[in-house]
Amino acid sequence: MNTRVLTWLVAVPAVVIGLGLLFQLLSLVEPSLYFTWAYYLEVLIGGTLQGVMYSLVALGFVLIFKASSVFNFAQGSMVLFAALTMVGMIEWGLHWTLAFLITAGVMVVLALVIERVVLRPLVNQPHIILFMATIGIFYFLDGLGQTLWGSDVKQLDIGIPRTPIFILESVFEGGILVNQFDIVAAAIGGILVLVLAIFFQKTRIGRALRAVADDHQAALSVGIPLKTIWAIVWSVAGFVALVTGVIWGSKLGVQFTLALIALKALPVLILGGLTSIPGAIVGGLIIGAGEQVAEVFLSTFIGSAIQDWFAYVLAMLFLLVRPQGLFGEKIIERV
Amino acid sequence: MILRRFLAGSAAAALLALPLVGSPAAAQQEEAQYFPGLPYRSGPYAPSGIPLGSGYADYLAMLQARDGGINGVPIHYEECDTGYNNDRGVECYERLKDSGPTEPAAWHPLSTGITYALIPRVTQDEAPMLSIGYGRADAADGRVFPWIFNPPITYWAGADAIIQYIQAEEGGNLEGKKIALVYHDSAYGREPIATLERLAEEEGYELSLFPVAPPGLEQKATWLQVARQLRPDWTLMWGWGVMNSTAIQEAAAVGYPMDRFIGIWWSGTEPDARPAGQAGAGYKSLNFHATGTDFPAIQDILTHVYDQGNGSTERDTVGEVNYNRGVLNAAVTVEAVRAAQAEFGERPLTGEEVRWGLENLEISLERWKELGLDGFAGAISLSCEDHEGGGSAYVQQWNGSAWEPVSDWIQPRNDELRPAYEASAEQYAEEQGLELRDCSAM
Repeated sequence: MNTRVLTWLVAVPAVVIGLGLLFQLLSLVEPSLYFTWAYYLEVLIGGTLQGVMYSLVALGFVLIFKASSVFNFAQGSMVLFAALTMVGMIEWGLHWTLAFLITAGVMVVLALVIERVVLRPLVNQPHIILFMATIGIFYFLDGLGQTLWGSDVKQLDIGIPRTPIFILESVFEGGILVNQFDIVAAAIGGILVLVLAIFFQKTRIGRALRAVADDHQAALSVGIPLKTIWAIVWSVAGFVALVTGVIWGSKLGVQFTLALIALKALPVLILGGLTSIPGAIVGGLIIGAGEQVAEVFLSTFIGSAIQDWFAYVLAMLFLLVRPQGLFGEKIIERV
Repeated sequence: MILRRFLAGSAAAALLALPLVGSPAAAQQEEAQYFPGLPYRSGPYAPSGIPLGSGYADYLAMLQARDGGINGVPIHYEECDTGYNNDRGVECYERLKDSGPTEPAAWHPLSTGITYALIPRVTQDEAPMLSIGYGRADAADGRVFPWIFNPPITYWAGADAIIQYIQAEEGGNLEGKKIALVYHDSAYGREPIATLERLAEEEGYELSLFPVAPPGLEQKATWLQVARQLRPDWTLMWGWGVMNSTAIQEAAAVGYPMDRFIGIWWSGTEPDARPAGQAGAGYKSLNFHATGTDFPAIQDILTHVYDQGNGSTERDTVGEVNYNRGVLNAAVTVEAVRAAQAEFGERPLTGEEVRWGLENLEISLERWKELGLDGFAGAISLSCEDHEGGGSAYVQQWNGSAWEPVSDWIQPRNDELRPAYEASAEQYAEEQGLELRDCSAM
């Protein structure tokens, strides 16, 4: 077995059990800290499932960064635009599956337009120029979505069950509460990640994408069509944005604040690296679980409402050990 | 559909850019009473801001269309979109304050942050400002805040009203009960804490606090703590924007009983509860005005404004919580102008004259009825000292698709709240070096 995988298989349970023992010890010292192993696992599982949803958001950033070295500031507004479009179609009376397919088509068209109008004129420009162009796309999509579909908060119901269920009732008294919605969302996220991994690793287009990500000029010199690859990767990112928008929109309602979920991806990207799909996934899980555990078990000592900034602290701590992120490419500079 | 919406939006924007008086208006405008508007029609909080601002604008438009203004004085309305952003709010204030034909009647910042930013400016410009259901609770003390009014009820009074409701539901005794407060971790969210802590000492309940970092998109840990660890008898919420809908859905996700979950009035609108659908059924919130369109004045808005194609939002929105709150904002302001007209004459008034109208405002239940708003809100009575007016509130419940009232009007215990307002306002005056106004001479 791969050494890295083996390390993870040993390290993760060790860290989980170690932290549990630490909190148990702290609860003996500080009685106001509530700790039971069932509650600890409940928080950990809830956080991990939440982390899958963070991974989904981060994935959109990673895809575009891999292909074009551009940090796509507009990813959040793409999520919102996709969700708004799908809800709009549903409001027209379409079944959600049809609305989903049409919206996927809209996102592909959007990708083609972005490639033709924004990216193509900026080929070989510095990365900061492309980054600033994505800021423009963010504001454009934000305004366009509001103009087309209005500003109301919309309910998106695609039939995902939301009932809380209890698992491991025979092991722990009262069981562990898990929401079915989180399980389904995590399953959808997992399937999407698997499909993308196969697409990138096993298909010809995937290999071309990776070649473009490594070096634009070199990829062009061996005949890889850069414009086509950009159009494909923005289309895939658009599709990921749609899936993200459907899941987050089902959870929170489709509203303009949905664009802010991009913020949740930043610590994941810091941790997982901007160029690694496995990094986005594992980073999301660590951030999701870490921030929930911190909010519940550390708030007694350092105050509540810490989960947003704690995610960044967690990412920074990892960076002290691995500056390139968990799975990022190691930067070697020769002088 | 999209084109129609786009054209309707463009038409509404064009109409809003125009004063409500007809043209050629130059001569007529000089005789018009100026009402500036500071809505937030764009940005993440637009779902609340559009109906709120539209209720205000449409009520004024209805008076203009139906009555030709206020006692024959035409209305001139102009608005500037703040986007719920403090900087833009100040910019809009500066842009609008001199753009009307006469002095502004009164300002409604529709945001606690913008209210705080504008307090020094309206005080210097001697322009009345109303923060209805938001802003500083201690602005109820007119001796310290001569130009700020916060009728009909403050956050502190709201906290008192919710505790009274819970007390009644618990058979009068809160001894040993556990109450949690999930709040927006900001000055707004922290407003009720002092009142709830004081009441906890008096009533014997145990209060637990759960701050949520804005914007509040992620609350799983909070709700695991509330519903799985603390398991309170009741949970209160002081939330805003996406925090509300997220909280309702997370509470449902961990199986917290919805009928024991009560939000303040900014956590009790359709955009807050609608995303949860049936999962949010049973959730409650406080409100200080009625909802729905079953009022003659609101029917007049539909007839004189929407039927003429001049509505500033979609017709379906009329009667929703935020829309009717906008109507209340306008109705209170117009009544103050009417009171001032009775004193100073039926002509466009200065800010100082409108303040006189506010400080002599009496809206009894009978007067609400005369205005075509029977049962719309409780009685309001303002004075030089009392800029809040001792209003009341009631509890409403979400049935999965609409709000329904589930309590009578609850009168906050103002005898206990008043000393708290005065103590806080006096402390502010001391910090700012302000001299208290002598209201005995008024």
